[in-house]
Amino acid sequence: MQRSTRKKAVQGVAFSFLWIGAIITIVVLLVIVGYILYQGVPGLSWEFLTQSPKAGGKEGGILPMLVNTIFLVIASLAIAIPVGVLSAVFLAEYAKQGRIVRLIRSAAENLAGIPSIIFGLFGFIFFGKILGLGWSLLNGALTAAIVVLPTIMRTSEEALLAVPQSYREGSLSLGATRWQTVTRVVLPAASPGILAGLMLSMGRIVGETAALIFTLGSADRIAQSLMDSARPLSVHLYILAHEGISTPKAFSTATVLIILVLILNLTAAFLVSRANKNRKTKG
Amino acid sequence: MKQGTARWRMNDKVIRSLLFVCAAISVVAVLLITVMIFVEAFPALKETGVWDFIAGTKWKPTDTPPQFGILPMIVGSVYVTGLALLFGLPIGMATSIFMAEIAPPKVAVVLRRAIEILAGIPSVVYGFFGLMMVVPIVQTLGGTGMSVLTASIILAVMILPTIVSVSEAALRAVPAEYKEGSLALGASHWQTIVRVQVPAAKSGILAATVLGIGRAVGETMAVILVAGNIPVIPESILKAVRTMTVNIVLEMGYVQPGSLHYSALFATGAVLFVFIMLLNFSIRALTKTRGEKQKNAKKH
Repeated sequence: MQRSTRKKAVQGVAFSFLWIGAIITIVVLLVIVGYILYQGVPGLSWEFLTQSPKAGGKEGGILPMLVNTIFLVIASLAIAIPVGVLSAVFLAEYAKQGRIVRLIRSAAENLAGIPSIIFGLFGFIFFGKILGLGWSLLNGALTAAIVVLPTIMRTSEEALLAVPQSYREGSLSLGATRWQTVTRVVLPAASPGILAGLMLSMGRIVGETAALIFTLGSADRIAQSLMDSARPLSVHLYILAHEGISTPKAFSTATVLIILVLILNLTAAFLVSRANKNRKTKG
Repeated sequence: MKQGTARWRMNDKVIRSLLFVCAAISVVAVLLITVMIFVEAFPALKETGVWDFIAGTKWKPTDTPPQFGILPMIVGSVYVTGLALLFGLPIGMATSIFMAEIAPPKVAVVLRRAIEILAGIPSVVYGFFGLMMVVPIVQTLGGTGMSVLTASIILAVMILPTIVSVSEAALRAVPAEYKEGSLALGASHWQTIVRVQVPAAKSGILAATVLGIGRAVGETMAVILVAGNIPVIPESILKAVRTMTVNIVLEMGYVQPGSLHYSALFATGAVLFVFIMLLNFSIRALTKTRGEKQKNAKKH
């Protein structure tokens, strides 16, 4: 009897530590997001979002960086989506399990583990020097595409594998070819999951910095072409903070970054939960 | 009709090879990255000697003759990562056990959202937050506030999402029979967690830890803003530190392409790359044994 009360007491203490751990996690998040927003929101204004920076960012706004970030996201995804989704189709629908598939999977896993700065060095030397792209939107987009490729491959493959086998069988038995089955049945059914992966990738590109500093460059005006150097929001924040140019502007830039990333991540989470719900009701 | 199917079969082959080319891109990318980094690193490694480069304690790239020793940066990376684990691992483990075992479902959902948001915050924002909030706090302990301690506090927060989500998944993957069996034998829930659930999820939890290490070792923009970045082995956790990643970013901006200094920065990248690849392989080994065990468990 005494033993069991002791057991209960131990459990009570242990569980309160678990609660404390979880509470710390939540508090840390609230403090970080709350502090940045608290300091940064007052500086947000229509002018801040629609003006060019003046005096190296001390005055003015962030319009060029905002536009450059959007350009970068579009250009990187234009490269990464076809490659990533088609890779996933290959792995999930076409490939025979074997050495080649294992090799591709382990390459993607390795890519996912490589730090941003290594991608930055690679982009600088390969796209920048060897292919002659220099510091440009195209170089940044190619580098960022490689950064998010593993994410897109993994999320798309998971989404494809979650499509019930009966869909494929139904389509094939109606005389559709494998490719028709993939494009008209399997991919549409997997689209919420794939889309969620894309949202996460967009978030990653928006926040990416180390891979972009030496590939995209830091010219603080709107890129006029793919060959223009273009400073994105993340690099702008780094420059403002590191060179101590303007703390209020840095806070406001960080606020814009956090809001963008929050929107993208919450959309992804919403898509995933909807995809799961659909699966449950259909299954 | 026959011709039709033959044509489709042709197309099928074309499509298959097209898809294969796409899938092969990630393999090509990994190979190209490896080759490029090492080719550029070669001159500095050859000039300095691999051992002197790794074990040299003096980084004086602009002296004549220049000295390229990155031991301070290797030690720096190890220090901040180790301390980040010391802070992050207990909190991360507690959070993941909490989520997998005792959290009410609604609380678990809220926590999962919170973790996802933490994972999504850009590293440069973490660095800026550290600079504005953590640096002044650490300053009150002495020094400039830009230190090993500051960097590892920020890194601890940054590796939290990785540790929590991967260990939670591992804990949830433990077959329900294990838990039921333990509870049926009269063990308390806590005893079951400590003696059954956590040991069964051990390899997943280890993989989570190694992933966290990888994230901390490779982190750049958050560290550069808060670490002080002096290329000397720090004497205390309140002293400034420079990691391998920071060494690259800091000097890449003004270095002369093709120079020995430039190559030494790539060589720093190469050493970092080897670190990360070793971590990747150990994760592979860890998750593989887990997969096999689960397969075996299912068979029985």
